[in-house]
Amino acid sequence: MKELLPFLKPYRKETFLAPLFKLFEALLELLVPLVVADIIDRGIAGGDAAYVRTRCLLLVGIAAVGLVCAITAQYFSARAAVGFTTQMKSSLFAHLMGLSHAEIDRLGTGALITRMTSDANQIQTGLNLTLRLALRSPFVVFGAMVMAFVVDAKAALTFVAVIALLFLVVIAVSRLSVPLHAKVQAGLDQVTASTREDLAGVRVLRAFGMEDGEVRRFTEKSDALYGLQRAAGRVSAVTGPLTFVVLNLGVVWLLHTGGLRIDSGELTQGQMVALYNYMSQILVELVKLAGLIVSIARAIASAGRISAVFRVKSSIPTDAAENAAGNAAEEGTAPLDVVFDDVFFAYPDAGEDSLEGISFAAPAGSTVGIIGGTGSGKSTLAALIPRFYDTRSGAVRVGGRDVKDWDVSALRRSIGVVPQKAVLFAGTVRGNLLWGRKDASEEELWEALESAQAAEIIRGKEGGLDAPVEQGGRNFSGGQRQRLTIARALLRRPGILILDDSSSALDLQTDAALRRALRAFAGRTTTFIISQRTSSIRHADQILVLDDGRLAGCGTHEELLETCALYREIHLSQNGEEAAHGA
Amino acid sequence: MERKGRGKTLRRILSGLAAYRGLIALMLVLAAVHAAASLYIPLLVGRGIDRMIGAGRVDFPGLYGILIRIAAAAACGGTAQWGLGVIGNRVAYGAVRDLRTQAFAKIQKLPLSYLDRHPVGEVTSRLIADADQFSEGLILGFSQLFSGAVTIAGTLLFMLRLSPAVTAVVVVLTPLSFVVAGFIARRTYAMFRAQTEARGAQTALIDEMVGSQKVVKAFSQEAEAQARFDAAGEKLRSASVSAIFFSSITNPSTRFVNAVTYAAVALFGALAVIRGAFSVGSLSTFLSYASQYMKPFNEISGVVTEMQSALACADRIFELLDEEEETPDAPGSLPDDAPGAVTVSGVDFGYVPGKTVLKDISLTAAPGERIAIVGPTGCGKTTLIQLLMRFYDPQAGEIRVDGQEVRSLTRRSLRSRFGMVLQDTWLPEGTVRQILCMGRPDASEEEMIAAARAAHAHSFIRRLPKGYDTVIREGGEGLSAGQRQLLCIARVMLTDPPMLILDEATSSIDTRTEVKVQQAFEELMKGRTSFIVAHRLSTIRGADQILVMKDGEILERGRHEELLARNGFYAQMHAAGYRPEEG
Repeated sequence: MKELLPFLKPYRKETFLAPLFKLFEALLELLVPLVVADIIDRGIAGGDAAYVRTRCLLLVGIAAVGLVCAITAQYFSARAAVGFTTQMKSSLFAHLMGLSHAEIDRLGTGALITRMTSDANQIQTGLNLTLRLALRSPFVVFGAMVMAFVVDAKAALTFVAVIALLFLVVIAVSRLSVPLHAKVQAGLDQVTASTREDLAGVRVLRAFGMEDGEVRRFTEKSDALYGLQRAAGRVSAVTGPLTFVVLNLGVVWLLHTGGLRIDSGELTQGQMVALYNYMSQILVELVKLAGLIVSIARAIASAGRISAVFRVKSSIPTDAAENAAGNAAEEGTAPLDVVFDDVFFAYPDAGEDSLEGISFAAPAGSTVGIIGGTGSGKSTLAALIPRFYDTRSGAVRVGGRDVKDWDVSALRRSIGVVPQKAVLFAGTVRGNLLWGRKDASEEELWEALESAQAAEIIRGKEGGLDAPVEQGGRNFSGGQRQRLTIARALLRRPGILILDDSSSALDLQTDAALRRALRAFAGRTTTFIISQRTSSIRHADQILVLDDGRLAGCGTHEELLETCALYREIHLSQNGEEAAHGA
Repeated sequence: MERKGRGKTLRRILSGLAAYRGLIALMLVLAAVHAAASLYIPLLVGRGIDRMIGAGRVDFPGLYGILIRIAAAAACGGTAQWGLGVIGNRVAYGAVRDLRTQAFAKIQKLPLSYLDRHPVGEVTSRLIADADQFSEGLILGFSQLFSGAVTIAGTLLFMLRLSPAVTAVVVVLTPLSFVVAGFIARRTYAMFRAQTEARGAQTALIDEMVGSQKVVKAFSQEAEAQARFDAAGEKLRSASVSAIFFSSITNPSTRFVNAVTYAAVALFGALAVIRGAFSVGSLSTFLSYASQYMKPFNEISGVVTEMQSALACADRIFELLDEEEETPDAPGSLPDDAPGAVTVSGVDFGYVPGKTVLKDISLTAAPGERIAIVGPTGCGKTTLIQLLMRFYDPQAGEIRVDGQEVRSLTRRSLRSRFGMVLQDTWLPEGTVRQILCMGRPDASEEEMIAAARAAHAHSFIRRLPKGYDTVIREGGEGLSAGQRQLLCIARVMLTDPPMLILDEATSSIDTRTEVKVQQAFEELMKGRTSFIVAHRLSTIRGADQILVMKDGEILERGRHEELLARNGFYAQMHAAGYRPEEG
């Protein structure tokens, strides 16, 4: 939880002032029984109606000042709670953006989104209630006790015993219920995941006729959640009744000692009423607190879940300041050479290495093709160049420097990546392209689009470059998305360009045109092309053939046809007999 | 929400609670016991105080009799309150669980046209967030409104017995609370709306940026993403602060009204005592009642907004429950040894009325025949497949399997005869074993492994950290596209259906694996009617029938050579190197 404390710092003033004004308000409320005692002992006993009237006016005055104090406290507490949550979310967002692929794979996107949304909201509610109400209760309770001592020290000893006992009750209940609420929240996660999964796979589930099984599975999770909620509820439900019983037994004892002291003339009847009023105030306050404990326990459980994410450290830290400042010198045009030196790599938690002993050198400006079976490690190899993951052993060198010695942002700024899954972001076409390079001119944008064979698509769209892009790029087809992501990468005029199976959704003519356009970049950038098809990479200066994480061959198309059985097999299977002769 | 609609929602919630009728009746009894005890105790205390008039004038025997009654009342009240809490939780969480399970079962019966139109996130939020909010509302309702109403009624009764005149003072001042609460609620409604909108915008941004964190990192866009997030955060912050602050004024304001009432009671009561119409003990009781009586109003004013949003949430769930279901299944079923002859005659179909996607489609597939469906993007290939699986029903024409009209069969019977591999390789969360045995939970270990071997999935599964017991995360994260595809194929292999539907099934498997998969499929397709949305030349060549589709119509049909010889649309596509875009 200490991870979250710094976010309260900017709101030190508010977190101090909100309870302070609550304290004023509580103090004023504590004056009320004294005034009432005066009314009884002086006004009534003396038959002084005028005195009674002025004292009642005083009660109204106290309430008015209390109102002002309370509203001030609400204001500061709203500012602090909302401000804290905003800061925390912003930091959490930055933290998530800083995590490397390895951590994101492990934590899971869905779980992270829940932390940012529902958990953060729980904390905001809990903090607001704590500042506004929960802190008030101890003031009132202890204040009432102090006032009771002012009225009569001997009789007030009952208060000490009662409060100590109630304190134990509250602590025990919170201790027990926080872990239970964390379980409830986790149960809710499960129910959410079940629902999302069912909706996402509805076609397959129906094809397999699994609707009943799904309902059964969901009912199980839903029942489990119900059990957890009841368990947590059972503990919370004890607080109120226990408080009620303890306090009323306190009242019994108070009346007993009070009776003795009145009998001996050490206490007046009015003072007795005041003491009882203080006891009632404590009851009212604690009953309220019991209601809040659930919200606070939930907030604490959520805070624990968020803290856990904050504790996950990125294995590949990026310097945010460096990132923001940018490094213009490295951005740009000079092609960079890439060297793999006996690289081994395993995914976190994976049993075996995904890459084993990969070594090759790609001179600056050359084109490298990567081909191989499903799961042979093609995308993994490419992901090591921008240092999305760290190698287990061996080194990846870019521009003569180990990638671990590069500033990560500078390294990534000099690489253009076209991922396998073509992702666009909500906004405009222009906004998406500018991710490649912020200061690109109109001509440069069109130039990149032309090279990526995407200019026609944009010309055909209403609004052209300013045409809207829906979330995930839903309003573009798979092939269109692929071409736009290629344009985005080209725009950056990268020193290294990585195309990860980026033309899989293009028809042959477009693919051919794209390859022709990319060839114009030869010499200006070091290009890596990952493909399933030999036709896409046959003109590469160097082709890496991967088989099960190992390099099965390395050379030009012609060399590999001679020397690499696997490559020959792939080529023949795709191009049939005629290709064998035509090559 | 309109008043009328709200009444209807409320009635529906009550009818949903009918199953808990007994428990709710018990809760009413317990609430009455608790309220009676909490009201009786101040009365007893007042009588006790009246028995201690001054030094030497304390009636101890009378006092002790009263103290015993206080202790007994406290014990009864506490027990009743505890029971109330436990049962309240049970009813509220139980009712929400029922509602959730009902909604989930409903989803299984909704037509795909509904699910295709509504984003996963939206439907999920109805089942999770809305249901959660509703349960909070119910619990608040049970704990506050329920006992609140009983307390108010009881207090009024007790007060009337003590002094009708002073009671009148209290009753006259009460509505002020409601006026103030209503005034503030009306003013803050717009602020809550603004908060909800700002939160929605931020959630969408979180979903997008965290969901595609890897791309953000590839382009070093962390700083830009952060700036956008913080801008959205600031908007939400200012909206939240005003919504929370202004709505939180309600409580202090109503409390101020109470304090004024309290002062009025003190004034009238004290003057009555001076006149001799009232005892000091009664005044003490009355003051205690005045604050107890007001308390439920305070809570209610705070609860009203909560309840309103709970009602709105319940309404959203009811909306889902009221959606029109799929047409009910006719009772027919296909025999286990159905040969798999399919005839489609004169089928017209459109997703949206007036926009036809398929026009007058007719085809005949003899048992064991292989039908390849080809054509450019958007020609209706995928839609035709959806009709065969009866995910949608045609608007005109009919589809028969083995002579039976598909609408005369149960969907399950029809779908269980088809093995389906879609473009989108959805996998449920679970172990590899569970995923493979989805269609046949009773499959033996040997059968499962044999199917995995046949689909060439066995070797990569073995290399997963825990082999067949490896847990695959939601959406198949951690597996490559090709590996997911292989699992989907193995899954179908295991069910051994008489008919197959393959929608671009082999598009993202590398060619080397594909060759082997094709061989396996070749084996599987023997004797089975197969519909293939094809784009591999070898598949198309091997088909018994090729359906060439364009703009929702079948343009040409025949075998590869026949179609080439015809020199029509197919021949043109073939010459251009036909390969359709995805989607």
